[in-house]
Amino acid sequence: MDMYLTLIQLLDSTVRLATPLLLACLAGLYSERAGIFDIGLEGKMLAAAFFSAAIAAMTGSVWVGLAAGIAASLVLSAIHGIASITFRGNQLISGVAINFLAAGMTVLVAQAWFKQGGRTPSLIGKARFEPINLPFAEAMQDVPIIGPLYFELISGHSILVYMAFAAVPLTWWLLFRTRFGLRLRAVGENPAAVDTAGVSVVGLRFAAVGICGVLCGIAGAYLSTALQAGFVKDMAAGRGFIALAALIFAKWRPWHALYATLLFGLFGALETRPDVIESLIGMKVQGQLLSALPYVMTVIILAGFVGKAIPPRAGGEPYVKER
Amino acid sequence: MTLITKFLGATAATALCAGAALAEPALIFDLGGKFDKSFNEAAFAGATRWAEETGGTFREIELQSEAQREQALRRFAEAGANPIITMGFGMADPLTSVAPDYPDTKFAVIDVTWLDQPNVRQVGFAEHEGSYLVGMMAAMASKSGTVGFVGGMDVPLIRHFGCGYAQGVKAVNPDAKIVANMTGTTPSAWNDPVKGSEITKAQISQGADVVYAAAGGTGVGVLQTAADEGILSIGVDSNQNHLHPGKVLTSMMKRVDVAVYDAMKAGEALETGSVVSLGLAEDGVSVAMDEHNAALITDEMKEAVAKARESIINGETEVVSYYTNDTCPALDF
Repeated sequence: MDMYLTLIQLLDSTVRLATPLLLACLAGLYSERAGIFDIGLEGKMLAAAFFSAAIAAMTGSVWVGLAAGIAASLVLSAIHGIASITFRGNQLISGVAINFLAAGMTVLVAQAWFKQGGRTPSLIGKARFEPINLPFAEAMQDVPIIGPLYFELISGHSILVYMAFAAVPLTWWLLFRTRFGLRLRAVGENPAAVDTAGVSVVGLRFAAVGICGVLCGIAGAYLSTALQAGFVKDMAAGRGFIALAALIFAKWRPWHALYATLLFGLFGALETRPDVIESLIGMKVQGQLLSALPYVMTVIILAGFVGKAIPPRAGGEPYVKER
Repeated sequence: MTLITKFLGATAATALCAGAALAEPALIFDLGGKFDKSFNEAAFAGATRWAEETGGTFREIELQSEAQREQALRRFAEAGANPIITMGFGMADPLTSVAPDYPDTKFAVIDVTWLDQPNVRQVGFAEHEGSYLVGMMAAMASKSGTVGFVGGMDVPLIRHFGCGYAQGVKAVNPDAKIVANMTGTTPSAWNDPVKGSEITKAQISQGADVVYAAAGGTGVGVLQTAADEGILSIGVDSNQNHLHPGKVLTSMMKRVDVAVYDAMKAGEALETGSVVSLGLAEDGVSVAMDEHNAALITDEMKEAVAKARESIINGETEVVSYYTNDTCPALDF
């Protein structure tokens, strides 16, 4: 029973750590499926984390903060879109620029607004996403096996976690069961065909980049207003890049994105519990190994050892109507 | 021709003036950043105090990457800044290569004690002694008999903190369990409050009810989670008691501000070539007691800490340093 509780706590931590990865991974999925590579996920998350915390601190309402975070992320998305779709610039360079811009701008603006050394004041009360207790969670707590599972693991997360998990089937449905999704995927494979059919390539790509911005915005807000109570410089700490790794690992598919990010989240959770690993396999495992695993596994996938990861064919190439 | 001569003359004059006016001190912050609410911020506070008291100005730079260390040192030395104060153990190697090139410039380095340079003043702190005291308080405040330690980047300095802490805990309660985690092995471990939170939650699920964070910006997440979950935390370097009044047991203060202030005040007359060690006796490290944690501190704790402090200062109690043979008698990392 004790082992079971530890397992539940471990999975609980997995869910918390996987949520920002999942949101960012789905964000990248929309963008890359439409043929726009986006390595600026990290920067967008960071900007959203800052602006959601800053506005939440000023207004006292976390929902206004969330909206501000999404808006900030959308602005960066728009920059990426204009640079790489309208002006047909290099998508990777634009993404790198966005990461740098966000890293510098957040600290600068934070210092100018709050004078607390590049961080926001601590959020209290309504300025923060509180955990939601699902119905009957308290009552079911004492039911063996299912009780702790429901109370600890499924209940008690912030609303953004449930939104992130709901976004997975929604994304699948949108991309694979609607006309919009078909066109969006087609734009990433063969934009000329979409253009011939009389659908705007530019419009579709902007829509994809926009959805990417919204999801990154939620991911950033989750970091600073749900997991934490405020913004600290560089708090995204490379999660945008791990999300990209997860995207390749998932081979650009929504359900697999969920599994990949949960797996990477589990590695993160295990890293905080070296004692569990030691009791499970009987030897000490260095935490570094676990934090490197997502990248190692992505390289293995990319090298073609386990299946093959084929990116959208027109990914990274700006669409030119006529030469 | 005359015009050019005039221009050259003017340039030379400007350069001379600049040279004469530039004997101001410089401060190089470590990767954690100037406002980490901890180590670097303490240095900034010391420098600011000096600037306010003397009306002087100082030059500063926040390093963004390892590659900038030597570059920043050389730039300040070339510009004639004197003394140049640097923060953190990462500056040891760059100093070894730069300091001999500028024999007339004086350097000071905090947290480095093993160099042999005539123009470098090295300042070390007895972090293990201060950590020992907060460890004692943690063990006395703990009801479960389990306490936690969250380190930032896994480097000897942070193990040094953890080791002193563990010895203090064991001194009060030999059966106490200490759960120690490091956040990571790269500089991003100093700024990952999300991971700090997860580690804290993991330690709570292992029974910890007092957590000591020696992790720079990551510590913000540790203190936040501890406050949210209703356990006590211990801050580090600067006095962090005010961050969550009534929920931070105490802070292990390392008076980096005093060291920086003293170095700036000495100016070009800074005594170099020596190693300065600041421990409990010099008030280089101490335990923060103020109105924010008054309700958490019992008389018993105060008495025990005062007694331990005395006995460490006069050598009756020996706190083993992690540096002595790179292991810790009380904690296995």
